[in-house]
Amino acid sequence: MQKMPAWADAILVPLISLLLAALLSGLVIIGIGEDPIAAFKLMVDGALMRSAGWGYTLYYATNFMFTGLAVAVAFHARMFNIGGEGQAMLGGLGVALACLYVPWPHWSLAILGSCLAAMLFGAAWALIPAWLQAKRGSHIVITTIMFNFIAASLLNYLLVNVLRPQGAMDPATAKFPEPTHLPTFRDMFSTSETILFRGSPANVSFFFAVLACVLVWLLIWRTRLGYDIRAFGHSEPAAQYAGISPVRITVVALLISGALAGLMAVNTTQGEAERLILNSTEGAGFIGIAVALMGRSHPLGVFLAAILFGFLYQGGAELALWTNIPRELIVVIQALVILFTGALDNMVRMPLERLFLSLRREG
Amino acid sequence: MQGGKEKGRQDTAAPAIELRGISKAFGAVQANKDISISVQPGTIHGIIGENGAGKSTLMSILYGFYKADAGEIFIRGKKVQIPDSQAAIATGIGMVFQHFKLVDNFTVLENVILGAEGGALLRPSLAKARKILTELEREYELHVDPDALISEIGVGKQQRVEILKALYRQADILILDEPTGVLTPAEADQLFRILDRLKAEGKTIILITHKLREIMEATDTVSVMRRGEMTATVKTAETSPEELAELMVGRKVLLRVDKAPAKPGDKILEVENLRVVDDKGVARLKGVSLDVCAGEILGIAGVAGNGQSELLEVLGGMLGATGTIRVNGQPLPLAGKGADGRARRAAGIAHVPEDRQRKGLIMDFMAWENMAFGYHHDAAYQSNSVLMDNGAIQRETAAKMERFDVRPPAPRLFARNFSGGNQQKIVVAREIERNPDVLLVGQPTRGVDIGAIEFIHRQLIALRDAGKAILLVSVELDEIMSLSDRIAVMFDGQVMGERLPHETNETELGLLMAGIRGEAA
Amino acid sequence: MTFVHKFLSTAAALALSAGAALSEPALIFDLGGKFDKSFNEAAFNGAKRWADESGGTFREIELQSEAQREQALRRFAEAGANPIVMTGFAFGNVLGEVAPDYPDTKFAIIDMVVDAPNVRSVVFNEHEGSYLVGMMAAMASTSGTVGFIGGMDIPLIRKFACGYVQGVKAVNPDATVIQNMTGTTPAAWNDPVKGSELTKAQISQGADVVYAAAGGTGVGVLQTAADENILSIGVDSNQNYMHPGKVLTSMMKRVDNAVYEAMKMGENLETGFNVMGVANGGIDYAMDEHNAPLVSDEMKAAVDGAKDQIASGALAVHDYMSDNACPVE
Repeated sequence: MQKMPAWADAILVPLISLLLAALLSGLVIIGIGEDPIAAFKLMVDGALMRSAGWGYTLYYATNFMFTGLAVAVAFHARMFNIGGEGQAMLGGLGVALACLYVPWPHWSLAILGSCLAAMLFGAAWALIPAWLQAKRGSHIVITTIMFNFIAASLLNYLLVNVLRPQGAMDPATAKFPEPTHLPTFRDMFSTSETILFRGSPANVSFFFAVLACVLVWLLIWRTRLGYDIRAFGHSEPAAQYAGISPVRITVVALLISGALAGLMAVNTTQGEAERLILNSTEGAGFIGIAVALMGRSHPLGVFLAAILFGFLYQGGAELALWTNIPRELIVVIQALVILFTGALDNMVRMPLERLFLSLRREG
Repeated sequence: MQGGKEKGRQDTAAPAIELRGISKAFGAVQANKDISISVQPGTIHGIIGENGAGKSTLMSILYGFYKADAGEIFIRGKKVQIPDSQAAIATGIGMVFQHFKLVDNFTVLENVILGAEGGALLRPSLAKARKILTELEREYELHVDPDALISEIGVGKQQRVEILKALYRQADILILDEPTGVLTPAEADQLFRILDRLKAEGKTIILITHKLREIMEATDTVSVMRRGEMTATVKTAETSPEELAELMVGRKVLLRVDKAPAKPGDKILEVENLRVVDDKGVARLKGVSLDVCAGEILGIAGVAGNGQSELLEVLGGMLGATGTIRVNGQPLPLAGKGADGRARRAAGIAHVPEDRQRKGLIMDFMAWENMAFGYHHDAAYQSNSVLMDNGAIQRETAAKMERFDVRPPAPRLFARNFSGGNQQKIVVAREIERNPDVLLVGQPTRGVDIGAIEFIHRQLIALRDAGKAILLVSVELDEIMSLSDRIAVMFDGQVMGERLPHETNETELGLLMAGIRGEAA
Repeated sequence: MTFVHKFLSTAAALALSAGAALSEPALIFDLGGKFDKSFNEAAFNGAKRWADESGGTFREIELQSEAQREQALRRFAEAGANPIVMTGFAFGNVLGEVAPDYPDTKFAIIDMVVDAPNVRSVVFNEHEGSYLVGMMAAMASTSGTVGFIGGMDIPLIRKFACGYVQGVKAVNPDATVIQNMTGTTPAAWNDPVKGSELTKAQISQGADVVYAAAGGTGVGVLQTAADENILSIGVDSNQNYMHPGKVLTSMMKRVDNAVYEAMKMGENLETGFNVMGVANGGIDYAMDEHNAPLVSDEMKAAVDGAKDQIASGALAVHDYMSDNACPVE
């Protein structure tokens, strides 16, 4: 028995959650004596009404698409990969090594190389937790979160002691050589008379993220591996009955997940900073969890949710620029959205299901 | 307290329970439609019906889990509201669930008083409870050691603890939901003796079951439910199993399986000295050997949990073991590479697993996805080396659903939205249509309605007649007796003996199932 | 009521004029946050002083993300903020790219040199001030052992340490200087607990004066020094007041002055390279009623003598960052 129509499940529930989050955020803003409507208008103006705003929104969205897909793929195998952060950090290391130590002739080749390196490093970082889960039953949530710390420490060590150029203040690598610099939206879309996306970091990796959404969709719903992953995720005993090896699927799903998380680094490290800095992930690995939850682990949902969170990030920056709302409160607003769309999903879903049931009975 | 109640009950000639016009809908589904029953005190009333007929919903309303949309409940002639189970207990209703609600590492006594401790301190209420319990046990011959741990006593005794729990709460109306599902025939007989005793003491009992035999043996009156409606209430003495079955299904049903004598051919499946030790170091299979020939159904009888499940899982490639398995003379690996479900299918073994909802199907997959389950690597299901040909699977599914009369014949419906019988038909269709050499079948009709049981039994017989080897595991002795060409009884991980169905009877099999060998045969 | 009303109207006005010109100055804080009791806070105090004196207003933002550096710069520049002041070396790269795009806007960057016609680069001779407080530490010490606790291990902080050691040795060539860095990541700027632990460790090795050049971490250093009854030396702002009678002095890096002056000059900001040292009052040691009893006349005379010599060029303190090396240990 379907409790409510699919469209309501996919669109209405997140929409209402968002509205609730917006309402509560509005109250918070009123509480500190600012005007929520003006604040919202600022966010929209700053994030969506200017090309540079879009440039930032899509830059953040690119990160969230990769990490959201990473979490989504693991979700389909009923695993909670909290290690996106660490896998992305290692992905960054892969990108940095590929960009610094390989003499790429052109960015188009460089991005392929750095994507490959990011995927390899990200997947490698997921391999040990995956193996421990599959063979030893060590819970993936614990191990991946621990691996985030290990990744941060490892990167810290490498950046401070190995990769930092002589005399530099920052724990960061040297600037990547010119041929590895990716074309930004400004380079791609500006014409001689109008400059679009000025100064914004969105770059060609956005299209790689969109491509990744399509490929993940094909993987999950059109391939045997995706079938295996979904079957395993829905019921491990059933998967075993069908001859699907739990060990293999656990490892493979997490490798894919780690590779996707690693890809995020192409955007931040090669696309934006053009060097590897210490905290290049900035929590995007964790936002990916919210994105995947809100997107129902479907690539299209992840795509839309990533853009929403990109908007929240960019809009939040605009709020910080033009109002007296303190930085911490902007984080609170972002957290409210995560809370409502991710964690409190059932709070909206259950009353809505009841509403649909009673409507149907009358109809 | 108890005296007052006792008195009230005997004063009135009113029915113990009377339901008038109970209706309950879940969305578009009308689970109970205008149901009225009246049960006299001191009788056993049976409620029989197919899965999804609305029996459980009705009892849940009576026990306060659901609120009826319409209708009235009278207990001992007085109109009552039952908003929750606390209220149900207060009105003297006790319920024994199909799945016991006991705490494994508590003693019997602790379980009995759980939720009715009656005070902040445990010790006085324990002492008081012990006294009451001893009286109850004596009065109703419910022998259980109050200090035994639940985990250490058998299923039959655990059920008695559930009954004691209800009696301790001064229930004089007892509802039992499918109470014999987990019992051996002997334990079931004991249960019915206890129920008779309770009846003699003036308790009213409602027995929910889908087993016609139990209704005929144990009840005074019986109500039949079909699709949320009460189709009839009759005196048990004035009806017959055939009539009840017809009332349940709405058409004539063949209760006995109609089959020609088997013509066994070569040995297809040979099993020798199969041994399994589980994670905790407990031996689950202790050297099982058996053969199944072409054109033969070998039935494995036994109380649940005596190694039948492990036997199926080992043969199906889901569990590692030591020993030998040969199919058509070819040995199969029992552990490591090549010992998984996919390899077994390739070797010609198809498997209808015991637990279709957890193993045989993915409930959140659509019917067409389930129809390829386990066979999804088949070349016929791929459009190229990367992508699967979902269209081909869907077309094939539609055809199979048609042939196996799956209702509704909708390949894009999720498995969980089919009834139990139709879910099972999907599994059976998938496995039988593969035309396997060996078919493993576990509990093929558990939770399946009578109409579908008949259909599935016919399919199994047809496959046998096509010269295939079938290994049937079932805890329903009736099913084993009527389908099998040969019967092996399992107890404690071993085969206790083999019998031919026409040369044995339920008593002898029951003894074997209880691990007693020898005097019979 | 009127308060809320005022905010509503300003916010609404802002929303409308987000893209329009506003010729206020703007201040961008680095990731550490505004109230770090040290560097960023000093910058904020300078801006506030300017606002209080001139009656003007200024825009400010605390960054949340690396990617926002460029964004904040551009958005303020596009909105007409002038001048735009930013704290911290991390803005160096970004400012170098952004500044040429907005030739009419003036920028001021502190602790970093950016070579562009519309940028004022303010750097401080921290080694000179550290030399002075090093002298005081050596004179105040009875054990002959003094400590240095740095924040993040970067050349800038080594520059502090090197100047400090030179000052100590100038007074007492046999003195021992124990040096510790809190960490290698930006987190080292804000880890008072670690600061406290390092202080205790240094005390157990005999140190009786510790110099904290560690941002927010220094709060823990000063606290522990006071608790353990030894002397400490604050940094950046005048931190003498935090534990009166227990803080020997503070090495003042007048970031507040730098910000104040930049904002005071407004759109006519003088661009180019600007060194703040002992000579022009950009670097000094702190004297006030809280530490007066601790500083003897003899001590003060010696330090002031050195100060004059540095100002006149007669005494050159070695700058670690000039060659990434320190002549003394």
